[in-house]
Amino acid sequence: MEVGQMQRRLVDYTKTLFMEGFLDAQFLQLQQLQDESNPDFVVEVVSLFFDDSEKLLNDLSMALDQPNVDFKKVDAHVHQLKGSSSSIGAQRVKNACIAFRNFCEEQNIDATLRCLQQVKHEYYLVKNKLETLLRLEQQIVAAGGSIPATEMGF
Amino acid sequence: MARDGGVTWRRTEKIDRFNLSATDTAEEVHVLAVDDSLVDRKVIERLLRISSCKVTAVDSGIRALQFLGLDEEKNSNGFNDLKVDLIITDYCMPGMTGYELLKKVKESSVFREIPVVIMSSENVLARIDRCLEEGAEDFIVKPVKLSDVKRIKDYTTREFRVGEEERTRKGTNKRKQRDSFDLSSSSPPSILSSSPVLSSSSSPESQSPSPSPPSIPSASSAPSSPSPIDSPTRRVKTTSSE
Repeated sequence: MEVGQMQRRLVDYTKTLFMEGFLDAQFLQLQQLQDESNPDFVVEVVSLFFDDSEKLLNDLSMALDQPNVDFKKVDAHVHQLKGSSSSIGAQRVKNACIAFRNFCEEQNIDATLRCLQQVKHEYYLVKNKLETLLRLEQQIVAAGGSIPATEMGF
Repeated sequence: MARDGGVTWRRTEKIDRFNLSATDTAEEVHVLAVDDSLVDRKVIERLLRISSCKVTAVDSGIRALQFLGLDEEKNSNGFNDLKVDLIITDYCMPGMTGYELLKKVKESSVFREIPVVIMSSENVLARIDRCLEEGAEDFIVKPVKLSDVKRIKDYTTREFRVGEEERTRKGTNKRKQRDSFDLSSSSPPSILSSSPVLSSSSSPESQSPSPSPPSIPSASSAPSSPSPIDSPTRRVKTTSSE
């Protein structure tokens, strides 16, 4: 596949992610912070997000598995996950965290367990999509092309 | 959650790192960024660097105080030449909150003139009020964007600082009046969304009219920053002296 084709594929793929709500404007902001002096900025931040999130999801699973669930602790973890997902523009993860926190407040164990599943689901979805997006970018760069800026018409 | 161990560079490295010429250190704004989230630290660091600021990022209020030399144990005056021009801190942090850090800074005779900006993912009016009352320059609702950083950089300009010092001396600084700043910056939308201002908790007498607002040279460049449709929840302080 030649570079132009790859670039078009990337642009289309990125647009879909925005349309489907996986990513929001904050992700665009991160892309704008990447340049020749910091060519791996997005990959680096996203990797930090992956590491952070996986640890938090583990902590959440453990916390909700206790006989006496400490909802304050659970809420603190969700708060952190909400923060980092918001900072990279992972909109659906962020929204799932918001719903999660509401149920933490209610101390509703069944609902919070469902929320955890939902957050995990959204996280793995966006992880998959981001990895695909970043891989497409990598292929373009490897082929000597440049990454086209994401232009959102909305 | 993943942490990088706190300060982004060691004190021993400082000596080498700061063999800069006088012009380098004099011109670049040095920002101390405080956030317990590794992801957020990475982003804020980049936002600041791309805005031509020097950045020191730490993961807690305690480390921030240590860096400033304000902690009880190490009263190190050796770092005075690493002047901090601005502190930007997250509000919700384990241990010392951003609010507590703000108070400590404002209580210090040496550091209280450093502008402090609070960041928070939560747009809670009472919280914003409390921070502004305590002397915070601004309150940014996360996620932080380039336009936010460009705005807060204004707080370090000389004209602003001079006005700031005067107001601090006169004790008129407690309550920030920011209409003029906001009107001159690109924020008509946030003024519209700031109607909750009416629930302000402070008493009228704590609010003294400030002298005419300092002219911020970069205010003229404000229109070029993106309009804050992406930060409609940023609270705007409007005067309620009636």
